Amino acid sequence: MTGPPEPTPSQTVGPFFAFGLPFDGGGDVVPPGTAGAISLHGTVRDGNGAPVPDALLEFWQAGPDGRLPTRGGSMARDGRTFTGFARVPTDRAGDYTVRTLRPAPVAGSTEAPHLAVTVFARGLLFHLFTRVYFPNHTEANAADPLLSSLPPERAATLIAVPDGWFGGPGYRFDIRMQGAGETVFLDLTGDGAQRSSTIDGAGPA
Amino acid sequence: MTAAIREAATAPPQRGGHPDRAYAPYRSTALRAPSQPLVVASPSLVERTAPVFGAADVAPIDADLTQHSTGEPLGERIVVTGRVLDAAGRPVRHQLVEVWQANAAGRYRHDGDLHPAPLDPHFVGGGRCLTDDDGRYRFVTIKPGAYPWRNHHNAWRPAHIHFSLFGTAFTQRLVTQMYFPGDQLFALDPIFSSVTDEKAQQRLIARYDHDTTVAEWALGYQWDIVLDGPGATPPDPDEV
Ligand SMILES: [Fe+3]
Repeated sequence: MTGPPEPTPSQTVGPFFAFGLPFDGGGDVVPPGTAGAISLHGTVRDGNGAPVPDALLEFWQAGPDGRLPTRGGSMARDGRTFTGFARVPTDRAGDYTVRTLRPAPVAGSTEAPHLAVTVFARGLLFHLFTRVYFPNHTEANAADPLLSSLPPERAATLIAVPDGWFGGPGYRFDIRMQGAGETVFLDLTGDGAQRSSTIDGAGPA
Repeated sequence: MTAAIREAATAPPQRGGHPDRAYAPYRSTALRAPSQPLVVASPSLVERTAPVFGAADVAPIDADLTQHSTGEPLGERIVVTGRVLDAAGRPVRHQLVEVWQANAAGRYRHDGDLHPAPLDPHFVGGGRCLTDDDGRYRFVTIKPGAYPWRNHHNAWRPAHIHFSLFGTAFTQRLVTQMYFPGDQLFALDPIFSSVTDEKAQQRLIARYDHDTTVAEWALGYQWDIVLDGPGATPPDPDEV
């Protein structure tokens, strides 16, 4: 009997993903003019605080109804179905912008509303996970298992900052890959009965 | 460079065979690897699901990178196929697989690629497809060339195809690179060598497969991909 297969290791996205991964309108989770649309924007910076012009960000979230999308069309987008998925490269200034709707709490979830984020970049051999939370959910954020476990200055790196935007309400979410004000990045593999018990033989019960 | 790679290889391998983000021989990691340890968190309900792609997102021709122009690209035509599996060995069905690569001369169609090798007017180098009921993907393309980069003196990347994969959960997201068997550049390449465990390195290398080869037309390679991280569905009781 053979055990479960071993994972395929990660490799960097490299500098030349521009014609492979970004797609037209990748940051437009909702079309311009959508009622309640917000912009989520920011700058990705390295350990020196310099902008990172060759990063790629992905966002995944529930809709304003608290539901996670289950229908295809995350790239083609019919303009009506909320797909909850965005993919944006940073520009030469290290900036990105996403237009979306605020997520509502997911039924049965103990977490405050948030967007799941993946960071890819040249020079990053294995992507990073983080989350975007919103400041107005004061009570939910205080009860959130992740936010409440972090020192306040680290939790603050996960909370978007309201700021204006030409198209309506906006939030700034900067990502600092390393050093002062480093964004909290997550190890999400620790969950699994599934993996740690089979690979290490001593996982959680 | 080989000395730096050899020294870095003495560090204990990372869980799952993944590279250490702070891998010194790849210079660009120096300012981009986090200095704080990752915060261990239980995946949220959001992270336990994944973006959904479907027939509207991918056209059948997107899987044939030799058909994106009016003419035939130059180079060695190949078929690359395999299955996408989760950590329990179950097929990842109907999920998005994306690839991008250099042309046969080792040149990317990208403004930032300064390698003085020719662009091919008939080759773009990006493709996508959805896995089938069995988790299988299949691309027709051109074997990419090796190319120089500026990491250190006389640095060359072994021929590779970049792959992007989604699983049934956001936690399973993977971007990686597929290599070709027998490449003399493996031990000289800090990106390949950032996977320090030899068995894990083998998992990055496709296998030449004569049954996949199409007579009078294209050489065939098989490469299975196993996604790490907790999946969306509990393990099948029959498999436990
Ligand atoms: Fe490359």
